[in-house]
Amino acid sequence: MPREAWIRLAVIVAAVAALELLCRGGAIRHTAIIPPSEMAQALWRILRAGTFNADIVTTFRDIALAAAISIGLGFALGVGIHAWPDLRLGLEPMLASYYAVPTFILYPVFIILFGVGSGAITAVAVMLAIVAMITATLNGLDRIPSALRRTARVMRMGPLSTALRISLPAALPYLFTGMKLSVAYAVIGVIASEFILSGSGIGYSIAYAYNNFDNQTMYGLMLLVILAVVVINTGLHMVDRRLNARRGR
Amino acid sequence: MRQAVSVTLIVAVFLVLWQVLHLTAGTAIPGPGETLARLRALAATPAFWGHCAETGQAFLLAAVLSIVGGLVLGVLLGSHRLAGGVSEPILINLYALPKVTLYPVVLLIFGLGMSAKVAFGVMHGMIPLTLFTMNAILQTKPVYRRTASVMRLTPLQAAWTVILPAIVPEVMSGVQIAVSLALLGVLIGELFASQRGLGFLARHAMELGDMPTVLAVAATLIVFALALNAALRRLARISPRAS
Repeated sequence: MPREAWIRLAVIVAAVAALELLCRGGAIRHTAIIPPSEMAQALWRILRAGTFNADIVTTFRDIALAAAISIGLGFALGVGIHAWPDLRLGLEPMLASYYAVPTFILYPVFIILFGVGSGAITAVAVMLAIVAMITATLNGLDRIPSALRRTARVMRMGPLSTALRISLPAALPYLFTGMKLSVAYAVIGVIASEFILSGSGIGYSIAYAYNNFDNQTMYGLMLLVILAVVVINTGLHMVDRRLNARRGR
Repeated sequence: MRQAVSVTLIVAVFLVLWQVLHLTAGTAIPGPGETLARLRALAATPAFWGHCAETGQAFLLAAVLSIVGGLVLGVLLGSHRLAGGVSEPILINLYALPKVTLYPVVLLIFGLGMSAKVAFGVMHGMIPLTLFTMNAILQTKPVYRRTASVMRLTPLQAAWTVILPAIVPEVMSGVQIAVSLALLGVLIGELFASQRGLGFLARHAMELGDMPTVLAVAATLIVFALALNAALRRLARISPRAS
């Protein structure tokens, strides 16, 4: 393990230990934040008792669905927009400022359309995640070196084999960056929507525990979300780095 | 010119689709006309402007604190290579975290009110600017640093006259993201729990099933966010560049 990673680990351990001491020492009220050790115990109890298994499954199913729709549809839309320059000219400024718009404000519209539940939540998450995939697809298709396209023509490859053997592999690192962002946005979209208004899921359970002053459950579930996000992001980040290193060769 | 035509056509298609949605979904989803009419009615009430002022004040505070905090933290972490390497993955993970899960903690610490919203906006806005500033400093050309040391500039002089001008473009992109996310943070905070502000107004209307108001508030916020973003982009273009 490199030196940086050791120091990082030490920093995190020190921060957690400091929080633990501040909570145990009474500097932070127990009603505001519970010590990290209690959070871990609460999470362990929750997972062993299985009280929230259904909510956990719902949340991760919605995240997976939203990410899959965003990646598939975002890629298809990206290819379509790339092939139609006039449309792209008009869409480009909108895509560039899309993430400035607070998408969540449209959540009520989806509730009217799909009802309270997975449909509306997945729709908001897709709205949040799909644009990252469209932008990454456009970016990846733009950056295919023209030497590769010319090589394909010299070798008299058909459009299909050019797409599969030349364009797709060349654009892959950019596409994967888009997928990584889409997954991150899908997680945020699903959990935040559950939080604002829903009847099930991890986000809903945290909000419910908050409203009932059930700090043990609330912090246990928060820890679960943080751990899940860190594991997912670190995994995607490592694959991303490997793909992008390959591009440099 | 071609771009203007294209943008106009896309906006027109969007409005037509909205109207079609309104007609097929019945009265549940108000159309563009009804939304505009409600917005005008709302704009005539002083309560609406009170909510706007509340959200605006929280947003402004959050944006300013995010920018100042992000710049200071970014410069501190960026001026030391090891500190940057250690903190970058932590910051990236914090950035990807759905911070809304942590909103109850913010509420428990700050109570229900303005300071909780501002703190939540800063949590959203500060991290990306820190990352952008830090990486910009770490990636400045070594020749700038060497020049600064040849000229025997003190660290403070070097930071002010050499490093800061060199990183203006990256910092401006970071500021754009920070400002947008500060607005998002304030709004999510208001949507989840608050007693005033546009987010509260939208949530209240949502619970009453008053869709025209929800859409009028959404339209106000979207237009505001887009105008703000356009202004920041223009500012980024005219700001001095290190060449």
